[in-house]
Amino acid sequence: MIVTIITQAIRFGIVFLYGSTGEILIEKAGHLNLGIPGIMCLGGVGGCMGAYWAFRGGAPAAVVVLLAVFMAMLFGGLGGLLYGVFTITMRCNQNVTGLSLTTFGAGVLGFWGTQMGDQGILFARPSSYAFTPSLFFGSSTPNNWFTTIFMSHGVLVYLGIVFAVLVSLVLKKTRIGLSLRAVGENPAAADAAGIPVVRYKYVSCILGAAIAGVGGAFYLLDCTRGSLEYVIDAMGWLAVALVIFSLWRSDISILGSFIFGFLYILPRYIEGVGLAEKEILKVIPYAATALVLIVISFFNKKETQPPASLGLPYFREDR
Amino acid sequence: MVNNTKHVKEPLVHLTRRLNVSPLFAWLIRIGAFILSILVCCIVSCILSPKVNFGSFFKYLFEGAFGSSKLVTTLLRDLAIYLILALAVTPCFQMRYWNIGGEGQAMMGAFGCSLVIANTAGKMPVWATIALSFAAALVMSVLWAVIPALFKAKWNTNETLLTLMFNYIAVCLGAFLIKKVEPKGTGILAFKEGTLSSLGVSDFWIIFLVAAVMTVFMYVYQKYSKHGYEISVVGESPNTARYVGINTKKVVIRTLLLCGLISGVAGYLLVSVKDSSFLSDSTTQSTVAGRGFTAVLISWLAHFHPLAMALTSFLVVFINRGATQVGNMARLGNSYAGMMVGIFFFFIIATEFFINFQIHFRAKAPAVPKEDRPAPAPEEPKPAEPGRE
Repeated sequence: MIVTIITQAIRFGIVFLYGSTGEILIEKAGHLNLGIPGIMCLGGVGGCMGAYWAFRGGAPAAVVVLLAVFMAMLFGGLGGLLYGVFTITMRCNQNVTGLSLTTFGAGVLGFWGTQMGDQGILFARPSSYAFTPSLFFGSSTPNNWFTTIFMSHGVLVYLGIVFAVLVSLVLKKTRIGLSLRAVGENPAAADAAGIPVVRYKYVSCILGAAIAGVGGAFYLLDCTRGSLEYVIDAMGWLAVALVIFSLWRSDISILGSFIFGFLYILPRYIEGVGLAEKEILKVIPYAATALVLIVISFFNKKETQPPASLGLPYFREDR
Repeated sequence: MVNNTKHVKEPLVHLTRRLNVSPLFAWLIRIGAFILSILVCCIVSCILSPKVNFGSFFKYLFEGAFGSSKLVTTLLRDLAIYLILALAVTPCFQMRYWNIGGEGQAMMGAFGCSLVIANTAGKMPVWATIALSFAAALVMSVLWAVIPALFKAKWNTNETLLTLMFNYIAVCLGAFLIKKVEPKGTGILAFKEGTLSSLGVSDFWIIFLVAAVMTVFMYVYQKYSKHGYEISVVGESPNTARYVGINTKKVVIRTLLLCGLISGVAGYLLVSVKDSSFLSDSTTQSTVAGRGFTAVLISWLAHFHPLAMALTSFLVVFINRGATQVGNMARLGNSYAGMMVGIFFFFIIATEFFINFQIHFRAKAPAVPKEDRPAPAPEEPKPAEPGRE
């Protein structure tokens, strides 16, 4: 029982992890992308398309996964590019652009889903073929609690963690990461130091959106076992919350994603509790995030603050 | 002959901020963007469905919006609700307080109202239920608006993210209430008594009149009151505000109080007048149904001008209802309208760029014979400029 809950918590948490890793990358460049839910929806559409095409073409499992991830990143990245063009080049308001992108992305997923309609089963087979089976090291090991929790997952779970670790390493340990953080903190100073601000912003917006897009695909192809569900945008908001909860650090968000995933699936497994109390449990991730926000603003430590120019457009010729 | 000076690459496009934009020019751009967005929606629809062509798209679009007198009243009623929600968040945006919690504030208004109706309807005189539910709506909504403002004023907590979280907490609380009142219900709390609409009043006129009064009030408040002046100073320059002795914290909290009051009215109207029911679910639909987020866009697109907001909310409702009709007629599903509204938003947002910035293209190279040019740099075609007439 407890093993099942933990396994499922990790699995659902990975959806948030993808979303938050992408959003962290974007926010570190000073862009508050409220379009992440929409981008995850777009990624879900792309991922399902890719998986279906490859599966129908009779490709091996690895190719199915690769094409799905590629298509999810492509769709998500296109969403990020759209966001970037509006907020970086055109200096439009980030909140407004993001919200529109969310409206648009959720609309696209819903529209595409209804067009698929009765063919929703199409994705169940690629899912069980390539996404939900555990990797080679999981299937050949003895079945105990350790292997169930850590090794029984589909390949995209591990990819999500790899992305999170990579983003964390790049941000913290490399020159590129330093420059990116500079862009997010003070773009004018970064510009004066010779950092190509616009290029950094674009790359992080597109790459971040691409990573978030994989989250949407992962949700549809792994968590729901290939059935089309339209709650991705709700998951996306939790991903945005997770960014704050983990203090803009994608290594912490690996742990945070597990907590969020745990709270997300907990109501399904609790027995002897009224339906109303289960609804209250759903508050916890948001309430905890709100609390984290308040606490970090109260202590006002430099390391835990949002990037200083988060949400502000940068135009070189402005004073 | 050969160009010996070191060739410095001049960027192809150079932006400068436009100063003193004439309102006529700005509106021309906006109208152009609107027309363009409809055209793009039409083209996208034609590509997506064989059942839609150029003529039928516009036929359905206008049918869905203005097809019958009932549809027109529905359109105006929806417009009014969007307008009230947009008016609520407007003063916050004017002082650069990014309150994207309009959704949650209205939701808590609806929550408070429903809480009272669910517990008192039938046990009290109707007028008492109505008065109490109205008061509860205001109190809950104000609470939801003022709490983040207090943290903003006290510790400078990021209000965008905090109000965003508050939206979802509000939805979860709503879901809790529904399950508490009707554990085995369908997920909708339907009210037969205790609502304004149960008295048989016209939902359209109430909502419309409230919106009209609030629009005028907000216009006067912004333009002629001391409060409105303080809001604009705080928004323009917090330092100036400090130097002239405006208590910024007080202004923030007071403005959010006002915002909460107006959102509370919106939440009350949604439950007690429009729907006679309460719905709150994070995954499917809720009473406010994302209108609070759309209201952010409406307010921002109208540059916080109350009368212009009436126009932008009209456009949003028009696209929404028209596209819903197109979606129904061509069997494109419920989400089709959302997609179209998204496209529309993008076009309108893009207008800000063309209004605020002037694009200078690289001056034509001096008349040098073509083969002598240092680099083959043919004049690239202009990038697409949505919104340019």
